[in-house]
Amino acid sequence: MALPSARPASRQAMRRRPPAKAPAKAPVKALAKAPAKAPAQAPAPGAARLRRSQRRTAALFIVPFFVLFTVVMVAPIGYALWMSLFQEQSSGLGFGGAQRVFSGLDNYTDALSDDGFRSSFAHIALYCALYIPVMIGGSLALALLVDSALARAKRFFQLALFLPHAIPGLIASIIWIYLYTPGLSPVLDWIGALGGSWDFYRDDHVLASMVNLCAWQWTGYNMVIFYAALQAVPREVIEAAVVDGAGALRTALRIKVPMIASAVVMTVLFTCVGAIQIFTEPKLLNQRGAPAIDTEWSPTLFIWKAGFVRHDYGLAAAASLLLAALGIALSYLVTRLGNRWKAATS
Amino acid sequence: MSTLTHGTTPTSQSDTAARPGPAESRRRTSAHLLLSPGVVNGILLVAAFYTLMPVSWLLFAATKNHRDLFATSGFSFGDFNLFANLQRVLTFNDSIYLRWFGNSVLYSVVGSAASTLLCVATGYAFDKYAFRGKEKLFGVVLGGVLVPTTVIQLPMYLLASKAGIVNTYWALLLPALVNPFGVYLARVFSEGYVPNEVLEAARVDGAGELRLFARISLPMLAPGFMTIFLFSFTASWNNFFGALVMLNDDSLYPVNLGLFMWNSVTQQQPEYYSLVITGSLVAVVPLIVAFVCLQRFWRSGLTAGAVK
Repeated sequence: MALPSARPASRQAMRRRPPAKAPAKAPVKALAKAPAKAPAQAPAPGAARLRRSQRRTAALFIVPFFVLFTVVMVAPIGYALWMSLFQEQSSGLGFGGAQRVFSGLDNYTDALSDDGFRSSFAHIALYCALYIPVMIGGSLALALLVDSALARAKRFFQLALFLPHAIPGLIASIIWIYLYTPGLSPVLDWIGALGGSWDFYRDDHVLASMVNLCAWQWTGYNMVIFYAALQAVPREVIEAAVVDGAGALRTALRIKVPMIASAVVMTVLFTCVGAIQIFTEPKLLNQRGAPAIDTEWSPTLFIWKAGFVRHDYGLAAAASLLLAALGIALSYLVTRLGNRWKAATS
Repeated sequence: MSTLTHGTTPTSQSDTAARPGPAESRRRTSAHLLLSPGVVNGILLVAAFYTLMPVSWLLFAATKNHRDLFATSGFSFGDFNLFANLQRVLTFNDSIYLRWFGNSVLYSVVGSAASTLLCVATGYAFDKYAFRGKEKLFGVVLGGVLVPTTVIQLPMYLLASKAGIVNTYWALLLPALVNPFGVYLARVFSEGYVPNEVLEAARVDGAGELRLFARISLPMLAPGFMTIFLFSFTASWNNFFGALVMLNDDSLYPVNLGLFMWNSVTQQQPEYYSLVITGSLVAVVPLIVAFVCLQRFWRSGLTAGAVK
């Protein structure tokens, strides 16, 4: 979940660069040029000293990060690779404890042929198939509405729709699970008052319950992104469309949406990267006793169970690395697509 | 959910809109109806109701005692017990909640501040200094961005248990210090906010490199610092999986994990409901306040990001 929240800032920063730099450059350069040129004629010992001190400072700034980076990221990945090559075998009658035996790629084939692991990916795919159209469609529609000339109180709506993102995922899950619980839930009371009935935990409803929970958390967040992209659509283009007789709806769907297509595609891919790591929501639904959400429902739940319940570290490590590979492939795709768009649009 | 179906209505109209001929006039009227100010603002109000309702329900529920929680409907008041509930949350089990809250603040505020400073220093060094193998090293950082952190949690746990730091503050603080994406951002911010010419001028004036960073560059990087801090703060405050894996000792829990544990016994002991509800409210209010106050940063972070 770290990735999707982080992405927009990066591109923001990229955008900022030229305007921030351009004005600063011209006047200051003239000042800086004179002293910079003088030492060039005679490569004084001062220049070498400066370079040495800069190298020292660079090292001072960079080394702590890389030490921690090695400890926290490189070492665990290396350790997972190592662990994934071994299996525990209990010898003889099980006395004398288990023994670690080199097993090559067995853990990987075990993971890939494990029904639980495979169906966890099927669950995620099904979840994405339902969640992405609802969430992206919803945030796009809301962004177009807020962007339209007819909307009032735009600031209020942006804040109100963004608010769920300020709620930690665990607390959001708890709140909605209570809103799904008969006796506690006003939502069920309203449905009852309208003469209907609904069981949020029933097998064929529970996926929709989870989609609702996640859409609640992310729709407003993505709406703000789309809205910002819409704000950047040149007004002349829209005015030209209106002059040509296109109505507001046509302008929105034929002009505005295509112009922010890259933001939409990036958001979809980042949503997928987040979705393959989903843990909190199914964990809580499972804890609440939703029968269709089993303890291996998502890949991270599977890894959790393999590692911390079954203590099969080799299998858990192999499954982790397989999931990491999928995550890296998706992130790579996102970066590549992002770069291509940047090249195409700039 | 109703919001979302409402929200997508205009899209479903597109088919009719595209069809030429006799549908033309029908399209006009339906589009006209759809896009009146009343309908547009009505849909937005419904969406705002959807996003605000659960949080408002939490506020109502936190004012009720256990009996009223089940006996009264969600959006009406029972006996007003907010202060009693607050007192119960804050004193329950030797004030363990306060301890959790303090832990969350420690993990998030201290961890993110330290991590952001590391990121800014590293990104700045990548931008402003030349050294051998620079771009290769930066490639390693970018590789780190791609790795989903939840996925390496298990090997991290096993290594941490070998190092003996499982069940200590370090188990959550140490991983929170490393934020490759923050380094990437910091480099970009440094390129944008800190003109090289200013540094050269200060060097001519005889400023040392460390002084240059602390006195000149860091203040210029302040908005970037805030943006990176905010993103890593949100990530640590939300970090539930890491805490679940790394901590057994409930005196080290962050609020998240504490509420999860309380929530897991509600079905056997329903009196825990009001603890979870009031505890959630107490955990959420400072975050909402922070987000409203720091709007400028998350908004600029998100907004400009989407622009192209």
